[in-house]
Amino acid sequence: MNNKVPNNRAWLLVLPMLVLVAFSAIIPLMTVVNYSVQDVLGPNARFFTGTEWFESMLNDNALQAAFLRQISFSLIILAIQIPLGIGIALIMPKRGWQASAVLILITLPLLIPWNVVGSIWQIFTRGDIGLMGWGLRELGVDYNITRNAGDAWVTIVLMDVWHWTPLVAMLCYSGLRSIPEAYYQAARIDRASKWAVFRYIQLPKLTNVLVIAVLLRFMHSFMIYAEPFVLTGGGPGSATTFLSQSLTTMAVGQQDLGPSAAFSLIYFLVILLVSWVFYTTIMHMQKDKPPHGGA
Amino acid sequence: MSYRLENTQRGEKYKTVFSKVSPAQRRNRTARSRWRANFLLGLYLILMILPIYWLINMSLQTNSEILGSMTLWPQNLTFDNYIGIFTNSSWYMGYINSMLYVVMNMLITICVALPAAYAFSRFTFIGDKHLFFWLLTNLMAPPAVFLLPYFQLYYSVGLFDTHIAVALAHCLFNIPLAIWILEGFMSSVPKEIDETAYIDGYSFPRFFIKIFIPMIRSGIGVTLFFLFMFSWVELLLARTLTATNAQPIGMIMTRTSTASGIDWGTLAAAGVLTIIPGILVVYFVRNHIAKGFALGRT
Amino acid sequence: MSWMVWTMPTAIFFSSIAAMLAGMTIWEILSPTIERKGFLPISTTRGDRLFIGLLSAAFIHLGVIGFTSLSIWIALAVSAIWLLILMRWG
Repeated sequence: MNNKVPNNRAWLLVLPMLVLVAFSAIIPLMTVVNYSVQDVLGPNARFFTGTEWFESMLNDNALQAAFLRQISFSLIILAIQIPLGIGIALIMPKRGWQASAVLILITLPLLIPWNVVGSIWQIFTRGDIGLMGWGLRELGVDYNITRNAGDAWVTIVLMDVWHWTPLVAMLCYSGLRSIPEAYYQAARIDRASKWAVFRYIQLPKLTNVLVIAVLLRFMHSFMIYAEPFVLTGGGPGSATTFLSQSLTTMAVGQQDLGPSAAFSLIYFLVILLVSWVFYTTIMHMQKDKPPHGGA
Repeated sequence: MSYRLENTQRGEKYKTVFSKVSPAQRRNRTARSRWRANFLLGLYLILMILPIYWLINMSLQTNSEILGSMTLWPQNLTFDNYIGIFTNSSWYMGYINSMLYVVMNMLITICVALPAAYAFSRFTFIGDKHLFFWLLTNLMAPPAVFLLPYFQLYYSVGLFDTHIAVALAHCLFNIPLAIWILEGFMSSVPKEIDETAYIDGYSFPRFFIKIFIPMIRSGIGVTLFFLFMFSWVELLLARTLTATNAQPIGMIMTRTSTASGIDWGTLAAAGVLTIIPGILVVYFVRNHIAKGFALGRT
Repeated sequence: MSWMVWTMPTAIFFSSIAAMLAGMTIWEILSPTIERKGFLPISTTRGDRLFIGLLSAAFIHLGVIGFTSLSIWIALAVSAIWLLILMRWG
């Protein structure tokens, strides 16, 4: 599969896609850069401000706090979802109608619009009408996501685990299915323990899909917006205000074009750096693999 | 590192000489671990379904029953909430709007992504790797970054509050995703097929439509599923680019909270109705979906 | 176009990026790049090194603007030197 032909006319095949994506990506990005160096008050009233917005955004305490919250959130959900996803993939049935049924059930949370996910959990965790909120209260737990920051955090993490673990599980499941049955037979004959099978047969096969899973999960959690917005509105206080929400409040709510553009660019550069590191890792892992995928 | 096939023969010998565990014991042990796996899976599925069950439960109750007492299933089953949505055009138009822009987006995306993915899977050309990476960065870009310029852009070209505006905006992340998945599926089709077709005198467009596309049917199906999924669940861009004519259902749902409190029953029913299209779509691609999640790469 | 609120500095910025891309393309056609390993931990092509250089230049600028009182021209000079080092020995 590595015998690609050098052919610069392939650009013609890429061109229609390029025009469309450029329309939706490059023109807006240029506009953001233009906004970020000016104070735009109206179509004809604007002043050049240079790097002022960048300076104030980088030193904004609220934004720095949101950034740290964002990073901790992403790390926490990765630490939970990746092992949990692997575990679920390992116990999913491999064939028959059960496999299809479990597959469809597990995918379910992924197909729900993000604001509806927020609504579902908002209802579910309310003390008066929600099963979880009511149940915890009956058990004597003082649980209230609108007043207690800790409760709000736990609920948001729980919601994200509920919402996105299926993605990790599905990725791992497809990785596991590609392991030839002969590997398992050999292990059975050697009487390898369950752990040894996992460590030396299943995990190496999973590395590829796991990198994709970490990449996708990190990126999506880094731009999470609708779910916490509906569930907690960023509160109590600003305990669960993540970057996308700070940005949207600034850009749409307060119409501060300049500062929010500068903030967007910093946000985008961080994402660009992280995705580049991940992407390079994936590409190098594929390159370093021996021809027949020894493990 | 790995168990190679050579091990099999050595293992066969060991089995007869050293086996301390009797076959009956071993069968017993596998049955027990199978049972434990099923139990854990069942537990996870129940916990997962619970919030959705609660939504369905509420959608079948009247508001007075929801607020009145804690009931684990509807005591007086009512479909009024659903009937209310289906008879009110401002409600069901939200579903039609969402469907319209999702379908438009799927069509646009698949048409431009198929040739591009073919180019990436078959040829090298100047800048191909960087182009591919740039595409992926668009998949990663937070929609919040693009909100303001999008509003200005679509307003200035006169597309604001149309379905096509949202469909085009969703291309930002759907085209890169489609190319990523399709490229994986296409790379698993042997190159010899292309070459044979060209020798047989097929022109490129004819080969692509008559031979190649039917060969990656399942890949296209899975890609369409993912396009549907990501366009259907996105709200931030769809909300910003529409006002009244093309408003998505997610935005209309916010109407349930009024000054006199929230209409929980209608909110729950509307929520349930947003899940159903997804279930229908996933049912059609259930056999290929696992491969699609690994971006066609297993 | 007026809604894009162009200014001279950003216009110069984007033109130079476009010029760099065009230049790289012409250079690539005249003498195709060979992947090699320099002081960076991975083997890179010319285009990779340019990208790494530009990305780190962006972060150098952010650092200087945000956390020091130095002039932005110093950041620009440092970035340019860094880019040259990277292209030659990276």
